[in-house]
Amino acid sequence: MGTFITLTRRELAGHFLSFRGYVILAGVQFLLGLSLLLIVDALNNQPFDLPITEKFPSTGLFWLVLLLVTPVITMRTFAREKSTGTFETLMTTPVSDLQVVLAKFSGAFGFYLLTFLPMAAFPFILKHYAAVFPEVDAGPVASTFLGIALIGSFFMALGCFASSLTRSQIVAAMASFTLGTGIFMVGLLGEISPPTDTPLYAALRYISVLEHMKDFSSGIIDSRHIVFYLSLTAVFLFLTCQTIGSRRWK
Amino acid sequence: MADDTHDIPAPKPMIEVENLTKLYGSRPAIRDVSFTVGRGEIVGFLGPNGAGKSTTMRILAGFLAATGGTVRVAGHDVADASREVRRRVGFMPENNPLHSDMRVREYLKFRARLKGLGRQASRNRVDEVIEQFDLTDAARQMIGELSKGYRQRVGLADALVHEPAVIILDEPTIGLDPHQVRTVRQCIKQLAENHTVLISSHILPEVEVTCTKLMIFHEGRVVAADTPANLELKLGGQQRITVELEAEPDVLETAWEEMAEVEHHRITPAEGRFQRCRLTPRDGMDLRPEIAALARTRGWPLRELTRDRHTLEDIFVHLTRKDED
Repeated sequence: MGTFITLTRRELAGHFLSFRGYVILAGVQFLLGLSLLLIVDALNNQPFDLPITEKFPSTGLFWLVLLLVTPVITMRTFAREKSTGTFETLMTTPVSDLQVVLAKFSGAFGFYLLTFLPMAAFPFILKHYAAVFPEVDAGPVASTFLGIALIGSFFMALGCFASSLTRSQIVAAMASFTLGTGIFMVGLLGEISPPTDTPLYAALRYISVLEHMKDFSSGIIDSRHIVFYLSLTAVFLFLTCQTIGSRRWK
Repeated sequence: MADDTHDIPAPKPMIEVENLTKLYGSRPAIRDVSFTVGRGEIVGFLGPNGAGKSTTMRILAGFLAATGGTVRVAGHDVADASREVRRRVGFMPENNPLHSDMRVREYLKFRARLKGLGRQASRNRVDEVIEQFDLTDAARQMIGELSKGYRQRVGLADALVHEPAVIILDEPTIGLDPHQVRTVRQCIKQLAENHTVLISSHILPEVEVTCTKLMIFHEGRVVAADTPANLELKLGGQQRITVELEAEPDVLETAWEEMAEVEHHRITPAEGRFQRCRLTPRDGMDLRPEIAALARTRGWPLRELTRDRHTLEDIFVHLTRKDED
């Protein structure tokens, strides 16, 4: 456990020790700020009585953050250590593959969550400046953050896996961007195709990240979604463990 | 935590390697390598690039798994008890990779914690190694801003921070200037008092002065393993003789061919009317008296007659040469 904490702290600190970390923070804040602006604009045009959080994913900017920023956060996890050679010094200490994978994932995931932290102020900003504004309902706000965290954990695990496959950070970022966008597009397909009774359509809806986020942002916590993201995260972390253990294959 | 002191029977060698083989795809990196290293020995791995030194070291350090064969470090099998082995090995890989975005003390503490030292123990050990490797001035500097010599000392300090029984250093002096090389060499010599040390190098003087035993790697095999002195003796048979005589080349040619002790000869013109002959004697005989006598009877002016003194460099070149000339 001590080793895991040491490693995670190092991972998290690594994000703040590079210029890249601050570029990510600035970029995400810009996009999230823009989404706030769009929400305000929407409220101006036609006031509605649904939870305000429901507007958040529909601005599209969250998806931009998810698809573009997560690969940049995770690309360094393994690829950087492999290219500098520190992967060798790391793996020759008495740490287990699982500890390393979990620490790298946790560090990246922690940084991801931190980039969304300022968003917690949005409901209060809206409340402060809006002339007429209903009570901020904590439920949908919490479930929106849960959604952001769960979808994020899946994309982080995906990114860690991509990074473990290569020693080039650029390749890692491109691979996780491609995989992530692919998954997003599958969801989009479910969104734009006309509703039918076919199992294919049901499957598309079931794996649609857009659909999930819609639920989360309207305050619905569906256990199927939680299981979906947690199991996918576990699968990709398992695959990452296998990749970094593969150097010991005979 | 495993017990560090009571599980190793005293007389057993520190490192036992048996029939170690590693294939990369179908290409063998090392083939059937066997050796043992005793406690307190400094062993030098010598060989050209790609000879299998680094691969062997990586397997010993628990980074790679072997395709075949067994490796035991301090009685623990590298394949079955990898973590036990890693606890006892301090490894500095080739090019000494370090986290350039960390400060020296911070990095060493991080490494000490990873290697299982407690909070207080790691603080104490880091202070000790900083002192030992003369890093006090650099302790608060970013590793990325350090000179190569300092970086190397940080790497050595890291390899030692958890007081391992075995220290494995892959090319510890590569890219250093002569002064830094001397410093690092000094450090390594000090280590030998309490540790078993493996170092690899392709710089001979390096290992010649520091090591108690040399292992010469060539194309994935260990082609020679002995003390530096014994290696020199063993290969004495290859000592060649250089003669410069004033005579016609064809006369010399027949003279050497008639001399049964000369296994191989080569004649090249030297300045003036002199000919330079390189003779390889059979069975390492010293032919100088015979040649001197021959020159005297034939009346050839003789201006040089020397026997090569074999240095490790020659041994190395001889053993790792692809084809005999």
